[in-house]
Amino acid sequence: MQAFATLLDALSYQPARNAKLRLIETYLRETPDPDRGWALAALTSGLDFPAAKPALLRGFGEDKIGPELFHLSYDYVGDLAETLSLIWETDPNAGPPPTLGEVVDTLQTATKMQTPAILKRWLDSLDATGRWALLKLLTGALRVGVSARLAKQAVANIGNQPVDAVEEIWHGLSPPYRPLFDWLLHDAPRPSTNAGGAFLPPMLANPIERAELEALEPAHFRAEWKWDGIRVQIAASGGVKRMYSRAGEDVSGAFPDIIEAIDFEGVFDGELLVRREETVAPFNDLQQRLNRKAVTPKMLKEHPAHVRLYDVLWLEGEDLRALSFDQRRARLEAWNAQKPRPRFDVSPLVIFTDWAHLAQLREQMTSDGIEGLMLKRGDGAYLAGRPKGPWFKWKRDPMLVDCVLMYAQRGHGKRSSFYSDFTFGCWREAAGQRELAPVGKAYFGFTDEELRWLDKWVRDHTTNRFGPVREVAPELVLEIAFDGIARSIRHKSGLAMRFPRINRIRTDKPAAEADTIDNLLRLLGPSGLENPAESAYVTAP
Amino acid sequence: MVTHGHGDHARPGHRKALATPETLAIMRTRFDGMPDTGQQSLKYGESVRIGEVDVELAPAGHILGSAQAALAYKGQRIVVSGDFKRRPDPTCPPFEPIPCDVFITEATFALPVFHHPSDMGEIGKLLRSVATFPERTHLVGVYALGKCQRVIKLLRAAGWDKRIWLHGSLMALCKLYQEQGVDLGDIAHVSDAILENFRGAIVLCPPSAIADRWSRRFADPVPAVCSGWMRVRARARQSGAELPLIISDHADWAELTQTLKDVGAPKVWVTHGREEALVHHARSLGIDAEALHLAGREEEGT
Repeated sequence: MQAFATLLDALSYQPARNAKLRLIETYLRETPDPDRGWALAALTSGLDFPAAKPALLRGFGEDKIGPELFHLSYDYVGDLAETLSLIWETDPNAGPPPTLGEVVDTLQTATKMQTPAILKRWLDSLDATGRWALLKLLTGALRVGVSARLAKQAVANIGNQPVDAVEEIWHGLSPPYRPLFDWLLHDAPRPSTNAGGAFLPPMLANPIERAELEALEPAHFRAEWKWDGIRVQIAASGGVKRMYSRAGEDVSGAFPDIIEAIDFEGVFDGELLVRREETVAPFNDLQQRLNRKAVTPKMLKEHPAHVRLYDVLWLEGEDLRALSFDQRRARLEAWNAQKPRPRFDVSPLVIFTDWAHLAQLREQMTSDGIEGLMLKRGDGAYLAGRPKGPWFKWKRDPMLVDCVLMYAQRGHGKRSSFYSDFTFGCWREAAGQRELAPVGKAYFGFTDEELRWLDKWVRDHTTNRFGPVREVAPELVLEIAFDGIARSIRHKSGLAMRFPRINRIRTDKPAAEADTIDNLLRLLGPSGLENPAESAYVTAP
Repeated sequence: MVTHGHGDHARPGHRKALATPETLAIMRTRFDGMPDTGQQSLKYGESVRIGEVDVELAPAGHILGSAQAALAYKGQRIVVSGDFKRRPDPTCPPFEPIPCDVFITEATFALPVFHHPSDMGEIGKLLRSVATFPERTHLVGVYALGKCQRVIKLLRAAGWDKRIWLHGSLMALCKLYQEQGVDLGDIAHVSDAILENFRGAIVLCPPSAIADRWSRRFADPVPAVCSGWMRVRARARQSGAELPLIISDHADWAELTQTLKDVGAPKVWVTHGREEALVHHARSLGIDAEALHLAGREEEGT
């Protein structure tokens, strides 16, 4: 437990991905089974405990130092589990601290009545970091900035395997993953992949621009719309039905409407959307359904989920990944034709003669439910990862707007001495005055050289400081590129940009000529102006 | 009467100053214009009469030269703790509790959440990180007076014999400590490095320098910050530390409450920090305690 606590503590302060990997790898190599397996389960959200209630922890704290001092402490620290871990004192007579395995075993069998006494004994024996980690584990949220995917990458690294090799067998494994470690570290055979509902690593595309297309032969490629939802995989076999995100996260729990509608066996690649009748709702609507633990009946009714299928990887017990795209497509269409399923449909191919024709179709497509085009080689197999050549994404041109730099903040890790997080605004009229209203924040899109230039500009034009934030003179115009815009009640300007980045530094443009909020509102279109939840976009035929 | 040399206690421009010889030496290093100040030095344990009051300075264990002031008048004694800590520090003699009638205590870390772990354990964390990331520079943020020299001594005690590199602003006080007989081993100014890539090196600097342009010369630095505030995650994150080290020169909650018992004063005035919790605690022990608000005191960043 103590080693795991040290790991969580270090991870919580470490912003860099590679350093996080190093920390997890070191821990996994040095820690024996089964503890490392339980730790891996904790990092991939694979542990399920009866959660400790806040009232229990508060009661512990008040008993320990009295309600007054506990209240003052909690007020200062701001986090209940952390407060308790800090005010508790280690009792040298409490015996050795529990191992992670002991914690897991005990909690899975202990009754509700027994838990408080056990917990107190553990708190006595651990140090402050150990108590913090234990309480974070018990209250459900580790929040150390490690995704399941990153943890799997670390596991793969200790055995010099690609992460997809771990991903493929992951959903057939269960904590504490002894066969996985035996395979990666002790030359044992690789655990089998044929567990029901296993995730198959998806195939990803490389971006392409119009000019680069000329080097490619149009007849080799098939085109389809790139829907603006979330790429998912439907995997159903042996009675297990699951939906995974692109990164292999099991998202079935949030989408019971999809899972219930699975009446087939196979693995499909598709796009998760919110669809009402024939229209695909804006991405915003889908977001309402993400990151929710419980789905309300109202949510299911008003935001019905739908999967638009692109590809088929397995069908009725047969692995189709080695077949060509055209062959898989034929199987997918034949399968779909057997039976209509309201929650699933097949994404249509976009028929074109040459690149100029396709470019024209892309220009004409104005629906907001579409992000651009996908190009896939007709003779290509389904390959995990992002191979160069067979698949391309040709995104719609981003929207551009000229904003004025307002605030800058230093970044993290390698960028901690650079002002690299930029808040920018557009002009609006307020009480007869022209003022800047912040419309977004961006921290990429620029080169290293531009970053050095921006950093210096910020330092030379600072007018005010608020802690780590510098306010700058409203003089620098930044051309911001973004993929979409929506109304948002969470943002001061009432607008939220999707994927904003700094496209160009416009030293040539006077700040007074930057865009206005009204210009941005116009980008929302007539339907967006009223109410975002009701705005709907017509899908492509 | 100046208890110790930190900037929120020692100020330039006095007509006269009474302090320990070490504190006066620190003030001379830090401030221009000290020749204009009349300086009276008083060693630990010596006493001097000012008017009708007998004044004595006693070790406070905070930094080199730090003192408590004990003021005796007509059989009554008031002790001003200044900043203090109770655990051993290789750069200064330990705090001596003095029985008194009124005790004026600091309260920087006066909340039960503040319990400083063993300083050698924290240094162990630093050395473990150096072993895990041998190609990176460990940039350790320390206060220039006291914390810097203590951390160097702790690193030496933990077996780190290699050269320790210092930010320019730490040089003068390290030199002073060396002159006062504190052996810091092999230390050098970062700007004097010629053939040094700082990979695997430990570099000490003021906390503000970590996110300063100065730090760009180092190889993918690991920012570490040494401070008692690092105990609380939100504070540690705010500091930008990837490696927060809880090393403090102030008494933690257990030391503060233990000290109230040790000095046995029936009346306690609490100042410099979180008065509320310590006043509450002292009253629960039957002590007549209240907060004493000093003007101009800002929270110390160490």
